[in-house]
Amino acid sequence: MTKLRILLWVVAALAGMGFLGLYAWKTSFQDDARQSALAAIRPDYTLTAHTGETVTERNYLGKWQLVFFGFTHCPDICPTTLAEVATVMDGLGEAARNVQPLFISIDPERDRPAAMAEYVAAFHPALIGLTGEPEAVAEAAQSFYAYYEMQPQSDAPDGYTMSHSSALYLLDPNGRFVHLFSYGTPAAEIVEDLKEKL
Amino acid sequence: MNTASKALSIALLAGFFFAGPGKAESTQFGDLKVETPWARASIGTARPAAAYMTIRNGGSATDQLVGVESPVSGMAEIHKVKTKDGVVSMSPAGPLPIGPGETVALAPGGLHVMLMKLRQPLEKGARFPLTLTFERAGKVTVDVPIHGVGAIAPEK
Ligand SMILES: [Cu+2]
Repeated sequence: MTKLRILLWVVAALAGMGFLGLYAWKTSFQDDARQSALAAIRPDYTLTAHTGETVTERNYLGKWQLVFFGFTHCPDICPTTLAEVATVMDGLGEAARNVQPLFISIDPERDRPAAMAEYVAAFHPALIGLTGEPEAVAEAAQSFYAYYEMQPQSDAPDGYTMSHSSALYLLDPNGRFVHLFSYGTPAAEIVEDLKEKL
Repeated sequence: MNTASKALSIALLAGFFFAGPGKAESTQFGDLKVETPWARASIGTARPAAAYMTIRNGGSATDQLVGVESPVSGMAEIHKVKTKDGVVSMSPAGPLPIGPGETVALAPGGLHVMLMKLRQPLEKGARFPLTLTFERAGKVTVDVPIHGVGAIAPEK
């Protein structure tokens, strides 16, 4: 049953993104399509927070938002990025009140709210983990033009791992996309950027 | 307790006691030197963990890291993270060649030792043994300190 559901939500995700979404991501870092793809980002989701509460993008209006897509079985890129986000929050001092970091799981099959709660708490008290039904996650990712895909891997835990967009999204207090921080952007640079805007 | 699990717990205990604090963080054996190994603490045992290090080959022949194992993990592999068009993916890296005079870094965003099927949580402040098997130099066991969940580099 697990395998089938995973297959179904991957198909749903790809269908949801459609040819255009996929195309936009594939070319986004190579040519002019990047700007139009980024300009099309309209965060729009209904997900479950790690607290169990149902939330939408409207819950976080009024704050600048740092949004990262990943999964808790990710041992490298995800903890590294979330640790950077935690460093950014601490580096902002008082101003951190105006910033909401969000971690959206693209592996909802394994990342139920309880798993997300355990995970986000290890990084920063302000970090909120979002997950949901596979379709809801696919819609959320699509609205961000975030790409993800299940990769079957026989020796991986549960037989699969996920590939996913690695950038950190910055949204303004109106929930509008501002820009991406690519993976590996030093926390100090992000703090600098946010301090200018806040 | 059956013999196998008894042997395992003895191995684990031996590993943890042998791995006392204050040991040098670099291990020289033959032409190879393994420097600053470290791992991130895990949250429980359900998710895989990653370990990192730098390996220098001071010899005149290429050697290859062909295997990794640890009593804390039921399955350990060398993995590589690739970023393409802003999308990251991770896959087994296969044997890792280290040319003469070369240094290979296992670091976040690149290569790591993937520790799957954890037999116990990796707790911050503890250490565990990790055995590396090289094609030429053979096996060496390094003592890996565990840093926080949010660590992104070895702590000095
Ligand atoms: Cu891995």
